[in-house]
Amino acid sequence: MSGTPDSGGRLAEQPLLELRRIEKSFPGVKALRDMSLTLVRGSVHVICGENGAGKSTLVKIVNGVYQPDQGEIRIDGERVVLQDPSQARGHGIAMIFQELNFIPEMTVEQALFLGIEPLNRLRGIDWRKIRRATLALLAREHLAYEPTTLLKDLSVSDIQMLEILKAIACDARILIMDEPTSALTHKEVEILFQKVADLKSRGVGIIYISHRMDEIFRIADQITVLRDGALVETRPARELDIDTVIRLMVGRTLDSVYPPRTTKRLGEVMLEVEGFTRRPRFADVGFHIRAGEIVGLAGLMGAGRTEVARALFGLDPHESGTVKIRGKVARIRNVREAVSQSMALLSEDRRRYGLVGVRDVKENVTLASLARVIYGGWLHKKEERRLVSAVCDRMQVKTPSLSTTVSTLSGGNQQKVVFAKWMLRDPDILVLDEPTRGIDVGAKYEIYKIMTELAQDGKAILLISSELPELLGVSDRIYVMARGRVTGELRAEHASQEKVMRLATRMAEA
Amino acid sequence: MDLKRALRRGWSVVSSKYSIYLVLVAMLVANTILSPVFFSARNFSNISRQISITTIIAFGQTMLIIAGMIDLASGSVMALAGLLAVAIYKATGSLMLAMAAGIVIGMACNAISGLVVTKFRTPSFIATLAMQTSARGVALLYTAGQNIYEIGNFTVFGQSAVMGLPTPVIFMLGVTALTWYLLNHTRFGRYLYAIGGNEEAARASGIQINKVKMTAFVASGALVGLSGVLYMSRVNAGLPNAGVGFEFDAMTAAVIGGTSFSGGVGTAMGTLAGAFIMGFLGNIMNLMGIGSYMQQIIKGGIIALAVAYDIMFKSRRAGSNPA
Repeated sequence: MSGTPDSGGRLAEQPLLELRRIEKSFPGVKALRDMSLTLVRGSVHVICGENGAGKSTLVKIVNGVYQPDQGEIRIDGERVVLQDPSQARGHGIAMIFQELNFIPEMTVEQALFLGIEPLNRLRGIDWRKIRRATLALLAREHLAYEPTTLLKDLSVSDIQMLEILKAIACDARILIMDEPTSALTHKEVEILFQKVADLKSRGVGIIYISHRMDEIFRIADQITVLRDGALVETRPARELDIDTVIRLMVGRTLDSVYPPRTTKRLGEVMLEVEGFTRRPRFADVGFHIRAGEIVGLAGLMGAGRTEVARALFGLDPHESGTVKIRGKVARIRNVREAVSQSMALLSEDRRRYGLVGVRDVKENVTLASLARVIYGGWLHKKEERRLVSAVCDRMQVKTPSLSTTVSTLSGGNQQKVVFAKWMLRDPDILVLDEPTRGIDVGAKYEIYKIMTELAQDGKAILLISSELPELLGVSDRIYVMARGRVTGELRAEHASQEKVMRLATRMAEA
Repeated sequence: MDLKRALRRGWSVVSSKYSIYLVLVAMLVANTILSPVFFSARNFSNISRQISITTIIAFGQTMLIIAGMIDLASGSVMALAGLLAVAIYKATGSLMLAMAAGIVIGMACNAISGLVVTKFRTPSFIATLAMQTSARGVALLYTAGQNIYEIGNFTVFGQSAVMGLPTPVIFMLGVTALTWYLLNHTRFGRYLYAIGGNEEAARASGIQINKVKMTAFVASGALVGLSGVLYMSRVNAGLPNAGVGFEFDAMTAAVIGGTSFSGGVGTAMGTLAGAFIMGFLGNIMNLMGIGSYMQQIIKGGIIALAVAYDIMFKSRRAGSNPA
């Protein structure tokens, strides 16, 4: 755990990491061209760009997953070749992934020392040493769990913090963070940022990928914007502002982050929920949505919003409560019944609940509406292609072809594929759980636009989001949940971030 | 320069997508060179007949493996179904009834396995392992361990030919077409891929997982029953000890043909190609007079190689996509 910042001298002038004129192509795509980047000791270098701009390819090259076709990588001024991630590790490069990969049944100490277990004299694992080191580390970082706590009992942010600790414990000097805050609450983000500041003071260089503009400007020293695999701009953060970065990213001016509100005519009450209960997750939840209305559901993580959505859609059971659709009581015990009542749910975890990764775009899109293309005992592939291509155009899915494997698409495009799947069913009620998580600004705007268009077509939309500006920007009305209960309802024109947060934390304080 | 690159790119697409068929063609060429008798209608007819029974089972395995499951009981269920079909034929004299009984018994056995898997959430590996033992036990109990001989006209299923094509081969081609149809043109097929690829996402799309899994088991059971009838008919007897290890030959054909044990991937044509690759291999080794012990060693090596080759191509393809 070394890493005192260098005080002047030759080393300090030498950049920690330098990429020179990197080029990388894949069959059919030029992923990166003429990419140069410099990372200084004790600084945060933020990389932004839309999905497919080349951010992932870039960090995978730094992390040794991909090898560049041309160009060179220098660490401390020395040219290095990184054949695989373990070599990158040997040079002090560590990566904190956007989607955490962990073994749920492992304990904290096992996870911390996975792959770097110290050995005792008999060449067995020295568990006593591991226990001592883990205890020391947890105490120093003020972490409240035991070395024997199972990872499955920890929150996402705890596990992420463990990964960061592990990286530092291995003397990482270059840390790559890919969207580290996408699954964190406000409070957890603060803790992460403190950690980042701490790492900076120890001289660690951090490459930080993020879509969240407010974050970027809080922690960035340098900002690099990529577009279509090429570097658009690298500048110190203080010389940039949010509007400029967005403009550089999309290559056009976004008039605003949210589509303009139009005066809407609201229709009948489409969905009405009363006394909806599934203890201990949520109790006595009630709300309604009219046709043509976008209703936001705000709350902190763990407030029970996702659980309500899942039970509503028949993915989880509920104990009591009535659900009325168009004024008629609807019994929903499984997804099929929800779907037949013209409901659709976009899950917060699209990889787990939204997509069949190994199959192609076409099959994923038609999965919930095969009746439209199978008739007379035959799947009509031309008809399928036509339908999918139409809905993908409407959703602006960017994919090489409709036969492309879904897991190879970018996050934003994957989300649009899930959207397309449900649009094909033309549902009346849409429940969108964090629909823009991990998606870049341009794609977010497109998703907001789709939402407002759907509302104009008379759909009822429930939007669950942890991003308050988004909720306030898109919803007509907002319900706030805290600890499994609805604590308040606000009209959009009266709502503010402060009011929502007060309601969201009300029960927690009481 | 650009043409060269385009050709190379084209080749990499072709070779990754059709790698298994390229292997099949390569084997055809190599075998033809290695043995003068290999390339003849009669030899092909022989090979087809030899592989037909395990290949029919392989299509059932393909469906199950695509959906993320496995059937370890195929061999013993096949024996039980074939045996009882023989007994029913001897009792009634009706070929139609005997065939139907064989198929229904296969379906019934797999329905039990399917029930254990869907209702009690037992992994299919365990449920079918149990069925493997039980079905064999029933077969041995019923015959007291004795073979049934003098099966008369029952031999027509396995030993006749129509227009030069052996009857089992006709059944095999029919089942190939059926599996192709099910996997490519029905809801059932699409659901199998979805469940094997991501069961949670399939459920969240409104698919009734248990119903589809059950259907897959029963459909595969029908094929196992059919293969039992064909087998007993071909060997001229009802053998309670028949079919030991057939499920593994069937899985080998499926896996060589590109079906993935991680689920969600596999095709009917791939499995047929896989079965022929194994058939060609056994055939050429016989023609070259390689001893049967040696054959086993070579076969094992080829299986490992073929799958490693396939995975190598797939990972290259996966790696070629920018995330």
